[in-house]
Amino acid sequence: MKDIREDIAWAKINKDVLGSLENPRKLYWVILFCAFAAFGVGIGCEVYQYQTGLGVANLNNPHAWGLYISTFIFWIGMSHSGTLLSAILHLMHADWRKPIYRFAEAMTTFSLMTAGLFVMVHIGRLWQFYYSLPYPDERGIWPNFQSPLLWDAMAIFTYLSSSILFLYVGMIPDLAICRDNMHEGWRKKLYTLLSLGWEGTDRQWRNFRVTYLTIACFLIPLAVSVHSIVAADFAMSQQPGWHVTSFPPYFVAGALYSGCSGIITLFIILRYVFKFEEYMTLSILKKIVRLTFAIAMVWTYLNAVEFASVWYSSDQASKDILIQKATGTYAPFWWGMIFCGSIVPLTLAFKRAQTSIPMLFAVSLLLNLGMWLERWMIIAPTFSHGYYPWTWDHDQWPSLVQWGMVFGSFGWFTMLFMVFCKVFPSVSMYEVKEMVYHRSLHLKKSETAEQGAP
Amino acid sequence: MSQRHLLALFNNFEDAEAAIYELRAANIKGFNFDDLTLKSPIEHHEVENILGQRSAKVQWFTLAGALMGGLLGFFLISGAQANFYAQMKGGKPIVPLPPNFVLTFEMFVLGGVFISVLGFLICAGLPARRSPLYSAKVSEDQIGILVKADEPAMAKIKGVFLNHGVLEIQEEAGK
Repeated sequence: MKDIREDIAWAKINKDVLGSLENPRKLYWVILFCAFAAFGVGIGCEVYQYQTGLGVANLNNPHAWGLYISTFIFWIGMSHSGTLLSAILHLMHADWRKPIYRFAEAMTTFSLMTAGLFVMVHIGRLWQFYYSLPYPDERGIWPNFQSPLLWDAMAIFTYLSSSILFLYVGMIPDLAICRDNMHEGWRKKLYTLLSLGWEGTDRQWRNFRVTYLTIACFLIPLAVSVHSIVAADFAMSQQPGWHVTSFPPYFVAGALYSGCSGIITLFIILRYVFKFEEYMTLSILKKIVRLTFAIAMVWTYLNAVEFASVWYSSDQASKDILIQKATGTYAPFWWGMIFCGSIVPLTLAFKRAQTSIPMLFAVSLLLNLGMWLERWMIIAPTFSHGYYPWTWDHDQWPSLVQWGMVFGSFGWFTMLFMVFCKVFPSVSMYEVKEMVYHRSLHLKKSETAEQGAP
Repeated sequence: MSQRHLLALFNNFEDAEAAIYELRAANIKGFNFDDLTLKSPIEHHEVENILGQRSAKVQWFTLAGALMGGLLGFFLISGAQANFYAQMKGGKPIVPLPPNFVLTFEMFVLGGVFISVLGFLICAGLPARRSPLYSAKVSEDQIGILVKADEPAMAKIKGVFLNHGVLEIQEEAGK
């Protein structure tokens, strides 16, 4: 099974990818409509919450963060997919990433944009978001620079802006292809503007290569820092269940895990909707699946480390929370997390499952459900069972407004992602050409060597 | 003497490569080899073997941007914290280095990425007006060689291109 055919004509690559900008399958419109509808639900919930007050979310002491911050962490985690596929695999010269990294980078950008919304939504008074910015108030007092929450704001801003630049810079040669092939109209104007007059000269390619590599090198430690800082939001507090040394690597592994599962889901959708069967091949899917399986095992191991370090730590309050998670109100969700995150990925070890699209689609959704539950199970049990028994509340359930907003966030993400894929090429044309070119050269060389051999 | 531009389109990189080698060896009067530009739909690393090492200076922008970002971040934070001289800190350091490192690192990356992109635009000469000699085929599957030379040299240059199976030659007066 080949990652890609070596004999695909370059003109065909242009034609197929440019065709995706104009003629997707009908399912595209169905998905877009559902995304708009879900986003509408989210908007409705936010308007209601804004006008009525945060009480309608049932977000009250001790549950100060609820589903909003759980979902915020989930979306930050999803954003690690792009960095993994684009930056890490780029540095490792894994050329099979080429047909799929563009949409993974778009995932990164839109996941971060979705995550950012929850920071504002959970405050209730949206305008007070500026307290997390490095800007002094009317008394000249600056925010606390020693607070991980401020680090978070800065890290996410850096990651979002760098990811947008990474996505954009990597897309310039493709935007020039779009400019050269589109009929007159708004699209042509947009591509002409964004391609900046790119002509593919040796000078442009030379500088492009260095820049792309440089940003990739920056993005890897940046992505690790972003999720470590999100972990620090918890680990640097004194709350039971959160003050765990292994939280930063655990969060980073969780982020890569959910990012990979998200890639599998969207790979399958894009492959069908945009007729990319020739570029998003089963061989590439198999490689992502294997990567996901490996990361799932790392995540499972780190989970075990966390449980063990709490169990043997002599910290009774943290131990009580662990027992609460396994036997209390949240037990179905906690065991659901274990099942979806650690048991379901075992199916990926079977060869037949690695290329079965319906099965992979279902598994990837379950994995992401597990990862979302993981974030909820980090937050809610600790809030419900803190140090002081008189603050315990095991039965406070998120209201429909909170659930509506979580549902809406999936609509918002899907809407942005699907619109992006319709306006910009979601498969990198020039990189697929490079892949085809280098593989055909390699094939020729090996054929010549075989003929020359005695 | 007036100079003219000429764009030759080739079906593949090997033909274009052979034509460039011959142009370099021919030592044509009125044509400076540094005035040759290769346009291609993908990046060809081999180009550097033919055209010679033409350096990319983006990394210097990166270094300057990252250092500036890091320093700016650290001194902005420390400057803001220095306001706290007026306040009680309970014996804690006015400028605590370990937590400040986190934001300094973020600003280091931010400066590095932003200035790298600026450096890329400057070094690659972007944004640019499209040159009059351009073919959309260059972004599809053909290789273009753009040369600038004195008018009398053009005939010889065209001859070299024709020897190597050129598909199309576009010619226009230089500015």
